[in-house]
Amino acid sequence: MLDKIAHYFDFQQQALNLRAKRAEVIASNIANADTPNYKAVDIDFAAALQSAQGNPSRLAMTVTDPAHIASQPATGGSVGAELKYRSAVQRSLDGNTVDMDVERAAFTDNAMQYQSTLTFLNRRISGLNDAIKGGQ
Amino acid sequence: MSLNNVFTIAGSALTAQSMRLNVVASNIANAESATSSTGQPYQGRHVVFSAIPVSASQPQVAGVRVTSVVEDTSPPRLKYDPGNPLADQRGYVNLPNVDPVEEMADMISAARSYQTNVELMNTAKNLLQKTLQLGQ
Repeated sequence: MLDKIAHYFDFQQQALNLRAKRAEVIASNIANADTPNYKAVDIDFAAALQSAQGNPSRLAMTVTDPAHIASQPATGGSVGAELKYRSAVQRSLDGNTVDMDVERAAFTDNAMQYQSTLTFLNRRISGLNDAIKGGQ
Repeated sequence: MSLNNVFTIAGSALTAQSMRLNVVASNIANAESATSSTGQPYQGRHVVFSAIPVSASQPQVAGVRVTSVVEDTSPPRLKYDPGNPLADQRGYVNLPNVDPVEEMADMISAARSYQTNVELMNTAKNLLQKTLQLGQ
């Protein structure tokens, strides 16, 4: 039963992990906006989330006795986000492909999505709380 | 945690951009220094930015660091001023190869990058605070 409660948060947990990872990647792009030959990278969020959901981590418990309750492996473990190079809108002479407008928009968008996911997770937690308390 | 790395990355950019501002200040202050301790006119200086990976596992996600400060090797500006004690036989004085207009543009660029990175850190701080309040 408890692992069902844990699984209840899996999706949001993975999404938050990926959003935090993407914030790091975009911060790296913005920090290197003036570095010659730096190539901007980004995460394909949808693909990364899909692969994270299909990737069971090693946190599952082993069943050694028929009386044990089988638990599904937790899926919130590793975030295997593949980084892809961004194709430059305008090329610059020093080989840098960071477009500050694109990066700032992406960072803000990512931050907003992170907050939305947090809100959804908060609602899930309070919903579960209500169910446990039985309306008392 | 990935969001903490945003502080490392944006922090490294703040250090690098403030070094760039220092170099610009030095160039503008010495734009008219016709002689120095070496006897030669002051030479303009430029910072060299390099991307420094945050973790070995992901070399594309990088902070930034000033790896060296190079001297501008372009020829000195010549000014006809026969009354100057530093003038050569033809009456010309060697002045630094610093272009104040170029330096001002560089200064604005550095200041903007600095501001952007401060905003990045503020956003990451807000996201982390919201995450800490999860489920309350």
